[in-house]
Amino acid sequence: MSSHESNYSPTGPVERWVDERLPLVRFAKEHLMDFPTPKNLNYWWTFGAILAIMLVVQIVTGIVLAMHYTPHIDLAFDSVEHIRRDVNGGRIIQATHAVGASMFFVALYIHIFRGLYFGSYKAPREILWMLGVIIFILVMAIAFMGYVLPWGQMSFWGATVITNIFSAVPVAGEPLLQLLRGGFAVDNPTLNRFFSLHYLLPFVVAAVVVLHIWALHVPGNNNPIGVDVKSSRDTVPFHPYYTMKDLFAIVVFFIPFAWFVFFAPDILGHPDNYIQANAQITPAHIVPEWYLLPFYTILRAIDFNVLFIDSRLGGVIAMAGSLVILFFLPWLDRSRVRSGTFRPMFKIFYWLFVVNFLVLTYLGAQPAEGIYVLLAKISTAYYFAYFLIILPLLSRIETPRPLPASISESVLGKAH
Amino acid sequence: MFKFKTILAALVGAMALVAPATAAEPGGPLVPKQSWTFAGPFGTYDENQLQRGFQVYREVCASCHGMRLIAFRNLSEPGGPRFSEAQVRALAAEYQIVDPAAEGGVRPGVPADRFPTPFANEQEARDANGGAYPPDFSVIAKARGIYEPFPNWAFNYFTGYSEGGPDYIHALLMGYREPPEGIELQPGQYYNDYFPGHLISMAPPLQDGLVTYEGEGVPETLDQYATDLSAFLMWTAEPHLVARKEAGFRVITFLILFAGLLYFVKNKLWANVKHRNPSPDDVERDARA
Ligand code: HEC
Ligand code: HEM
Repeated sequence: MSSHESNYSPTGPVERWVDERLPLVRFAKEHLMDFPTPKNLNYWWTFGAILAIMLVVQIVTGIVLAMHYTPHIDLAFDSVEHIRRDVNGGRIIQATHAVGASMFFVALYIHIFRGLYFGSYKAPREILWMLGVIIFILVMAIAFMGYVLPWGQMSFWGATVITNIFSAVPVAGEPLLQLLRGGFAVDNPTLNRFFSLHYLLPFVVAAVVVLHIWALHVPGNNNPIGVDVKSSRDTVPFHPYYTMKDLFAIVVFFIPFAWFVFFAPDILGHPDNYIQANAQITPAHIVPEWYLLPFYTILRAIDFNVLFIDSRLGGVIAMAGSLVILFFLPWLDRSRVRSGTFRPMFKIFYWLFVVNFLVLTYLGAQPAEGIYVLLAKISTAYYFAYFLIILPLLSRIETPRPLPASISESVLGKAH
Repeated sequence: MFKFKTILAALVGAMALVAPATAAEPGGPLVPKQSWTFAGPFGTYDENQLQRGFQVYREVCASCHGMRLIAFRNLSEPGGPRFSEAQVRALAAEYQIVDPAAEGGVRPGVPADRFPTPFANEQEARDANGGAYPPDFSVIAKARGIYEPFPNWAFNYFTGYSEGGPDYIHALLMGYREPPEGIELQPGQYYNDYFPGHLISMAPPLQDGLVTYEGEGVPETLDQYATDLSAFLMWTAEPHLVARKEAGFRVITFLILFAGLLYFVKNKLWANVKHRNPSPDDVERDARA
């Protein structure tokens, strides 16, 4: 699979026999233990491991919830309450899954922004990055469908608003909408297919994560200075160095996670979702979950027609574009220097991008009126300008700072 | 620059940006927060308060508001009002439960039954209340919240504030008053400071002295009723709150100690590996040297 040698030597005839037929132990030792990893990774590199654990947490808690959940519009709401009230440990399992979704996105966003800062998307890691984008889109779909399952007011109206987006697609829009909903309106068939997909897609994500890590293990990790590994002096074996560091980070990550699960399990949700879905009563504000808000703002920011494209379709194009553009990022940023640390101009625009993204999140929860409308347009414009104008331009005009010759030289540096 | 502290700061920042849970609209006075025994990491219910709250519910609200997810037996379970099992059995027997298997279609309740609802369906409830629907009380304390202006709500993530529901219900029950100039009330409408839109179709259900509490020392005032009732509704919505918080204390203590231990192990392991990253200035200085 990759070029480095494993120092696995089977002990005893049984291990040798197995190794010659299915070298599973050899594979595991090579990839989970001996894998040479840059020794200068900082804590931003622990979020991949945190995400892997979170995926397991979500799948395990989700499977238990599915044992007690009933995907029917008349029973779903009460069955979730039944889990909270009557299932042993149910309140905690349910809270872990619900809060876990938010924590997953916290980790996901940090992981992505780590990649953006340190240029981890650049050659030779383009496919690794693109697999990540696929995971990101899948996880958003999973979370959205999961939020529909308790069949509260926000479940129902969120599902109505978000599925309605697809009706803006020319020609195929109406049939697509009906396919998604299983009818003309969000109803029992919608709940059933969402439950089915919500159970299926995490396993698809797990499979893509395997590819993601495979694609990571071909070139190996990038690192905070963005200089390629030159010799074995630059690396340490993954185990025990990074297993230990990742484990520490995972446990620290679990502290705020547990804080929410045990002391404020509903604070990340919306009170309206404790009201059973009612197609006759529209909530005052329909807000998606916080992790979808940046893209929701982009969707709503296009409230004007462009030539023959009406505003609704324009919004959908902008929102889809804001995700699709990530696939092209490796070819938009042509700077040869990976790490933002050594790119003085990039750094400024990067942090602006971070702040801008937070503003997009904030605006998604505000009503589309007054000053918010203008702000949404400006921050949407900056989101796209960052990828389409600033990054391509910077790679031409920016003079990067001198890079260390190698990882071990840089960490041995005399100046500190 | 990209250090552990920055990560914590980023986490905190991301948390703080999570959209505030707002239910009530801004536009009226802000809901005043009460101090609840069940707030905070060490919060527990006050059994006597829950018993009083149940009494208010039963004597005043139950004719309009159901609690369809609550079973009689819940009233004697740990972490709740802790009525005795005999009391619960006697209470349940006072209710008539619809049961097609019973002779005549109804039978006296047993502890395993759930509270019967006051109306057969939503339509009947609306007909009896001038078109308005008295919501079920099973989870109402979590189905309402309060509006807080920025930056106040951001602190809630750190205090774990989860009492917006009882704060709102308490304020609602206390919030009836004469409508301001220029506001016309339809028949059956009342003006309330805290109800979204202010025009509520529920007559003020409580007033001083309405419910007689057993024993001495607890004031029989609107404020006290509203407080006890709101606490009771928090329990109906979150019957395992106490057990959850107790488990949380143990889990978080464990995680902190375990993290500390891992930190030392990790540092020991890494002690001989140089892994600090230089700043661009360091690199330039080294290059010149
Ligand atoms: C005579 C029937 C009646 C009684 C008794 C009654 N209510 Fe109500 N209640 C209503 C109706 C009707 C509504 C719906 C009001 C509306 O939507 O305008 C309501 C709504 C409510 C709401 C929801 C307000 C919101 O934010 O939507 C709460 C909380 C409430 N009642 C609490 C109580 C409490 C506590 C008591 C007992 C102390 C009580 N009610 C007694 C009829 C009643
Ligand atoms: C379920 C979700 C995901 C899991 C479990 C996961 C897992 C991992 C792991 C274990 C690593 C190596 C450790 C690290 O660098 O943190 C990694 C690296 C990486 N991931 Fe992910 N990832 C996920 C989602 C994503 C997403 C959404 C993106 C981008 C859109 C992404 C982009 C990357 C990149 C570019 C790297 C290489 C980083 C480097 O070496 O500098 N990943 N991922």
